[in-house]
Amino acid sequence: MDLDPVLLSRIQFAFVVSFHAIFPVFTIGLASYIAVLEGLAFRTDNPAWVKLSAFWTKVFAIVFGMGVVSGIVMSFQFGTNWSNFSQASANFLGPMLSYEVVTAFFLEAAFLGVLLFGRDKVPKGVHLMSAIMVATGTFISAFWILSANSWMQTPAGVELREGMFHVTSWSEAIFNPSFPYRFAHMIVASFLTGSFVVAGVSAWYLLLGREVEANRKALSMCLWLILVLAPAQAVIGDFHGLNTLEHQPEKVAAMEANWETQSNVPLLLFAIPDQENQTNHFEIGIPSLASLILTHEWDGVVPGLNEVAPENQPPVWIVFWSFRIMVAMGVLMVLAALTGLFLRKGGRVYQTKWYLQFLRVMSIAPFLAVLTGWFVTETGRAPWLVYGIMNQADAVTPSLSGWMALFTLIGYIIVYALVFTAGVYYLFRVLQVGLEGDDSIDEEHDRPMRPFSAAHVSFEYEPYPGVEKDMNLSPAGVPPTGSSSSSSSKNGGQ
Amino acid sequence: MQTFDLTLIWAVIIGFGVIMYVLMDGFDLGVGILFPFAPNEEARDVMMNSVAPVWDGNETWLVLGGAGLLAAFPLVYSIFLPAMYIGVFLLLAGLIFRGVAFEFRFKARTSRYLWNWAFAGGSMVAAFAQGAVVGAYVQGFETENMRYVGGALDWLTPFTVLTGLGLMAGYALLGSTWLILKTEGYIQEWAYKITRPLLLAVLVVFALVSFWTPFIDELVRDRWFSTIQVIWVFPALALFCAWQILKSVGKRQEGVPFVATMGLFIFSYLGLLASRWPYVVPPNYTLYDAASAYESQLFLLLGLLFVIPIVLAYTAWTYWVFRGKVKAGVGYH
Ligand code: HDD
Ligand code: HEM
Ligand code: HEM
Repeated sequence: MDLDPVLLSRIQFAFVVSFHAIFPVFTIGLASYIAVLEGLAFRTDNPAWVKLSAFWTKVFAIVFGMGVVSGIVMSFQFGTNWSNFSQASANFLGPMLSYEVVTAFFLEAAFLGVLLFGRDKVPKGVHLMSAIMVATGTFISAFWILSANSWMQTPAGVELREGMFHVTSWSEAIFNPSFPYRFAHMIVASFLTGSFVVAGVSAWYLLLGREVEANRKALSMCLWLILVLAPAQAVIGDFHGLNTLEHQPEKVAAMEANWETQSNVPLLLFAIPDQENQTNHFEIGIPSLASLILTHEWDGVVPGLNEVAPENQPPVWIVFWSFRIMVAMGVLMVLAALTGLFLRKGGRVYQTKWYLQFLRVMSIAPFLAVLTGWFVTETGRAPWLVYGIMNQADAVTPSLSGWMALFTLIGYIIVYALVFTAGVYYLFRVLQVGLEGDDSIDEEHDRPMRPFSAAHVSFEYEPYPGVEKDMNLSPAGVPPTGSSSSSSSKNGGQ
Repeated sequence: MQTFDLTLIWAVIIGFGVIMYVLMDGFDLGVGILFPFAPNEEARDVMMNSVAPVWDGNETWLVLGGAGLLAAFPLVYSIFLPAMYIGVFLLLAGLIFRGVAFEFRFKARTSRYLWNWAFAGGSMVAAFAQGAVVGAYVQGFETENMRYVGGALDWLTPFTVLTGLGLMAGYALLGSTWLILKTEGYIQEWAYKITRPLLLAVLVVFALVSFWTPFIDELVRDRWFSTIQVIWVFPALALFCAWQILKSVGKRQEGVPFVATMGLFIFSYLGLLASRWPYVVPPNYTLYDAASAYESQLFLLLGLLFVIPIVLAYTAWTYWVFRGKVKAGVGYH
């Protein structure tokens, strides 16, 4: 069998980076949320904030851990599978990634230790500062890595000499044309991810009638944030798309499955792109709307895929459908926010069961949107690695054989499957134990309290002692204070 | 040429980064390697807790090593990684398992033994792979036109297996002396007991590698025997450190063994660099062939001069926050 190292490396990169991406988007949002909670706890002494912060820090610890180990893989992917690309672009990418390490990763790692294990070792203010430092680190990290990625999309500030990029202007290269849009879009995406996960989990606890006071607070905060961010994301996305139209027109053509350069392009809601015959089947669309969105004129001319040779076109169906899924998730998010606003009157938002159920399901929406968004961005760039300058086949490691690439691809799939299954399983255990779960849980489990562990939950499935009882309570019927005091008394002194 | 020899400065910085990584992640990998041999489960708890707050920061030095090489010596990055392709995968898989074991082990009850093995196995594989990289560096790489052209398993030879095992023993020694520093009672006593045999193992590998290397490479042979007066300073100092370890363990001192082990590592490392200088991708390419563009080296250097002291300061601060003995059964909360 003939194994193609380029294709296998692409699959491997897509796999490991998608796996990695799930964690940072969540941790960036959650880190800021924890910093806010720590700040509120610092200023008001309301125990609800401390509880929320302690709980979400446990979740954070697990997700962050998986983000770190999968990120370490990323930093070696460039060298192992794309060594020609690394060699060629080292003059720019090297400093970017190094700055990311020294300005972000060290900051996150050092202060994470204090955030997780230092609550009683440092003064309250220092603990709060550690939370802020971790959150700051995640932003700085996103800044550098997205600059690097955007530069590959819209290279600027460099010239190619003897097969190596040389930087002629650092500011142009770092702040390359697509970077501001990608950075804004990604940061908002991270905040949306954090908000929807926290909202979904709080909604679930409210359905179970657990820790009602704290969870109402959390849900309310998230819904306000989503109300602002979800529409903002659509606007940023629109500008992002216009920028892409300017710099990577065939990517936009693929997003719209528009084969011919023409005016009055319809906005397709459904189609089955057929790359071989360079056409679509079963089109359903709104006439001229794509022209309007992209050119702000009903009869504006939109570039089509016919501008590039078929072998240089990206795989259209992936880009087309990924884009639609992302936008659909965006629309659902706006709807969720507006419904929440409407239900706020009279506090119905905390009691409307179907809405709380809906929020629970919506916690996966941002992850879907983020992954499909990246699929649009990265697949739409094919066959280029550095857009317009270096293509994938030239970038791959010359000594890499098909079987080597296959061996590690299968290896990563197995390793990640094991780690991910364990991680998700454990995450659900933490969620199940919930805010009430504290060290006292362990004493019931006939074993000495585990020292230093960030999250005090047993790995195997054990129903939380209070859950069954709580589950019978309808959320509407639970007076907020009664519930929280009853659940804390159940768990004994903390 | 430019006024400053930036490439030389960068060689020092990368050299510093690598030894920082080896020393810092070395002791926590070492703790992992010693894991299966610990007296009991309580001791394992303590061992893991002694490194839990700092391991992530320690491992970040590895990421800096990778990114820094890409920035300053891209040729090293784009030849070592393809040449060590399978080894790098093993290294990363090892690091993944031991990394998540920190989070998962404490939550497990019946499946706890699995995470014990993930932690120990991951640490062993990672340490072995790193040792093999050192061996492969001494062996040299088959290159053509600035690209690696050898096969997938060229790096795996009896020599690299020896250096792999050697580094495992070395990390275990760092781990045991770290535990002497951070623990007390029967766990500390156990750490004292295993330190001497570990030191013996390290010295045996040390001797074997020293005899073997001149046969592998002419350059090293010439250098060793032509500059005989200076180059032997490093092994001599390393042996002095070994003797200090032996002495201080006998006297039941707590801090000296760890410091002396770090010294042993530093002098062996300097000796290795001195034998190979200035070749970074032996046998063909020197530091200067491998360097990135002047403006890139400068751009990064200016930032690093400012940031690295800050990083070192807050890293030291976190060690200070978690100073003192780690006690069995007592939590931080
Ligand atoms: C927008 C955000 C974002 C994106 C697109 C990426 N990362 Fe990431 N990465 C982060 C945001 C982040 C983070 C939030 O900063 C993480 C998550 C957990 C952590 O420690 O930091 C992280 C961790 C992380 C680590 C571990 C750091 C440590 O040891 O603490 C490495 C080496 C990388 N990443 C490297 C990469 C590479 C090479 C990427 C590109 C392909 C990449 N990341 C995409
Ligand atoms: C974090 C979220 C990201 C996701 C989910 C993602 C997703 C993908 C996918 C799906 C591919 C495969 C495209 C194809 O082969 O058709 C790919 C390729 C690639 N991406 Fe990304 N990407 C992300 C971030 C980045 C960043 C930040 C960089 C660089 C700094 C980057 C650099 C690359 C490279 C080098 C390739 C391999 C060559 C290629 O196939 O085009 N990616 N990525
Ligand atoms: C609702 C309307 C939205 C529009 C019009 C929109 C638009 C876009 C466009 C045009 C791109 C591709 C840019 C390029 O590659 O050049 C993109 C990428 C992306 N989108 Fe969206 N988006 C929307 C919603 C969302 C939502 C809700 C999320 C996540 C919560 C999201 C996350 C992403 C991500 C992670 C990327 C890849 C990174 C990047 O290139 O920025 N998007 N989006």
